[in-house]
Amino acid sequence: MATVELRFSALPEHVRTARLVAAAVARRAGVDEAVLDEVRLAVGEACSRAVGLHQVGGIDAPVRVALIEEEKQFSIEVGDEAPHAVPAERVAGGAAADADVEAEEDEMGLAVISGLVDDVEVTTGKNGGLIRMTWPAAPPAVTVG
Amino acid sequence: MDLSLSTRTVGDRTVVEVGGEIDVYTAPKLREQLVELVNDGNFHLVVDMEGVDFLDSTGLGVLVGGLKRVRAHEGSLRLVCNQERILKIFRITGLTKVFPIHTSVEEAVAATD
Repeated sequence: MATVELRFSALPEHVRTARLVAAAVARRAGVDEAVLDEVRLAVGEACSRAVGLHQVGGIDAPVRVALIEEEKQFSIEVGDEAPHAVPAERVAGGAAADADVEAEEDEMGLAVISGLVDDVEVTTGKNGGLIRMTWPAAPPAVTVG
Repeated sequence: MDLSLSTRTVGDRTVVEVGGEIDVYTAPKLREQLVELVNDGNFHLVVDMEGVDFLDSTGLGVLVGGLKRVRAHEGSLRLVCNQERILKIFRITGLTKVFPIHTSVEEAVAATD
């Protein structure tokens, strides 16, 4: 089970909340302070992308974020429920130019994520996509007080 | 923290001082500001990012859009940034080659290349 799970309406104003929560849980999980900025940015990118996909697709479902603390590692999963078209299925036509612009923005976010995070897995299917990002984490020190 | 924007004129340059977080929620405000400046005939922009705490790809997209607009008028868009965590985002996306990045507003305003 995830350490912390978050579900939020697919609105841009909530992405910041997801960033703050993710950074707080990552810090607690023992992710290096120097890497927290990257965690914050990567989860923000993944959530922005999911929000965009839901808005474009007119999907009412919330965006899901799972923060998973494991032995020596910390993972974040950001899931959307947008049915992803397989590239070959992209149909040519009137909406093609718009679709291209959206696809470009989509790829910009993914480019930042893959530039930032060494361990990242992107899976997409008919029922939605999932981005899983993992960082090393030192076992939390014993806290006093 | 929200986004703060203020503009001032230095010679023929317009300096846009940005503070706070530029993300998917706030980036449209920055886009509006840049579009308005260009529509009003300000084609040489200096975006001071020293007060920016957070920048994501949406913000990068807005800056690239601004650059495209000023270039259409043979203008320029220069950035001022010394923060490593912000500079890193420009580096991993290859945008350090696209934007002139300066260490101070004075330097950006004086630059002519």
